[in-house]
Amino acid sequence: MKLIFEKSIKDRDGYSLPGDLFKEIKIEDCLPEYAISKKKKLLSEVSEVDVVRHFTKLSKLNYGLDDGFYPLGSCTMKYNPKINEKLASLNNFTYAHPLAPEETVQGSLEIIYDLNKLLCEITAMDEYTMAPAAGAHGELTGNLIMRKYFVDRGDKRHKMLIPDSAHGTNPASAAMADFQVVEVKSNERGTVDLTELARLMDKDTVGLMLTNPNTVGLYDEGIKNIEKIVHHKGGLLYYDGANLNASLGIIRPGDAGFDVVHLNLHKTFSTPHGGGGPGAGVIGVKKDLIPYLPTPIVAFDSTHKKYYLLDLGSKSIGMVRAFWSNFPVLIKTYVWILSMGPDGLYNASETSIINANYVLAKLKKYYKPAYDRYCGHECTVTGKEYKKYGVKTLDIAKRLMDYGMHPPTIYFPHFEPYAEETIMVEPPESESKEMLDKFIEIMIKISNEAKTNPELLTTAPHNTPIRRTNDLVAAKRPILTYDDELKLKDELKYKDKNIDF
Amino acid sequence: MTNKVIKNLYYTKSDEWLKVEDDMGTVGITDYAQDQLGDIVYLEKIKKGKKLKQGEALTTIESVKAVSDVNTPVSGEVIEVNEKVMEDTSIINKEPYGEGWIAKINIDNKDELKKLMNNQEYSEYRKE
Repeated sequence: MKLIFEKSIKDRDGYSLPGDLFKEIKIEDCLPEYAISKKKKLLSEVSEVDVVRHFTKLSKLNYGLDDGFYPLGSCTMKYNPKINEKLASLNNFTYAHPLAPEETVQGSLEIIYDLNKLLCEITAMDEYTMAPAAGAHGELTGNLIMRKYFVDRGDKRHKMLIPDSAHGTNPASAAMADFQVVEVKSNERGTVDLTELARLMDKDTVGLMLTNPNTVGLYDEGIKNIEKIVHHKGGLLYYDGANLNASLGIIRPGDAGFDVVHLNLHKTFSTPHGGGGPGAGVIGVKKDLIPYLPTPIVAFDSTHKKYYLLDLGSKSIGMVRAFWSNFPVLIKTYVWILSMGPDGLYNASETSIINANYVLAKLKKYYKPAYDRYCGHECTVTGKEYKKYGVKTLDIAKRLMDYGMHPPTIYFPHFEPYAEETIMVEPPESESKEMLDKFIEIMIKISNEAKTNPELLTTAPHNTPIRRTNDLVAAKRPILTYDDELKLKDELKYKDKNIDF
Repeated sequence: MTNKVIKNLYYTKSDEWLKVEDDMGTVGITDYAQDQLGDIVYLEKIKKGKKLKQGEALTTIESVKAVSDVNTPVSGEVIEVNEKVMEDTSIINKEPYGEGWIAKINIDNKDELKKLMNNQEYSEYRKE
């Protein structure tokens, strides 16, 4: 498909203004010379209908949650109910300004305040900050809160324990908060090795960042002991909320002893995720840590019956972003929680766990599970046994696209000797049994193809608008602008003939 | 899957190889490791003069599908870094045992070599 720049025709435009009201003027007549860019700007000259057709066509090439199954493990790509969007786009919200006087935006503040209380109840925490703009931003905020907490107490802890199965963002966030990252190995059940944890958890250690169920989709039954080991040495327990979808109404992180809880509203709470974002990586804390939250938070003045922004004072880590939150995400979350109700939330987690175990049970004959045990809301299988046919997990994923399905997460988690060539399937509660059966049927079909006609997989996808992409060039020389593409094409003409598009 | 091994090299359980010439050791990753990683896109800069203990991370290697540490098979000081490979990491995929070497280390203690595997032991270790 042509780019919009390639559709440009000189002097074609998409507007028409009445000539008696508007006269054409030259840019040189309105701006001083130094303010005018000498570099030619790449603006395409196209008509309105060209633009509409171009972007409509692009949207048809896309694949999203409204098209079909999207089983990205540890990502919770669940359906985004349209009522969320409808209510979040009410004029009263979209016209609200973060600097508007408090008395004119009482409704918006009330939603933030109420949502805080709801999230506290769902996770057994004492207070939330709504500020972090997305998951990793929340992790950093959580780490900075723990850092300030210890600095304030004159406690010079500088190490952070992170299991080998953790999301890559965990060590990255801890490192950004200037902690030294120490890896904790998994045991043969795929969960935290308690002996190893007890050995590593010392008085220099801030605590442990844990995802539970972890990124393999396994519930860490050692949580009671983990909590004891970490707290016994004065450390803090951090909860990565990527997998909260397995826990709603079943177990609350606060009850399990977590001190800092991170939630991805764009995962568990049904707001758009990925390209449809933005997200919200809110952080909840226990009482002792409230003073360290980013300032301000929304509070309620019961005498005057009014909501207001409360400055948390000098202990706060300060502001972590401009203004208070990605507010529309909060509205959508609020709507979802209220439309589900307590039983609905429980049903969501229960259904997602049943879905994942159903997929695991049906697939395990064809794809060896990383760990052969019940899973949480996602299951991890592997493509190891197809290596002897010259087929990698990547090829299996690419072949799925030919059948009109979004591939699951692959090569994550990745650690020896259990989690290699992994395929991680997360079928959230919004998927029906019929959809799961269709996915399972296709996966079994692909396993047969891998044995009888491996080339079909290694050259896949065949039916998509773009065939197999070159991961190497994408990683080393990402083409982010039309200029980049022109430059790269030009270079390749002379230099590296091995790289092709 | 490929797992080519070369005679007269030492091997680690974390898939590095070591070539010993007098007190100098050349370190790289094995054919098995490069095949597991897939296309390698990045190698973290290594400082010359860095002192490492056996098994510590010499550098971090990143491929299109994973990130992992390259550990030093023996204790010692980094005396040379393969700048060519730093520039063009695809050399490791093409020639893991030759041009794809990563760094040279001044070996502190040759007794540590006893903890490493020979080509036959490594072949057996990585047999699927």
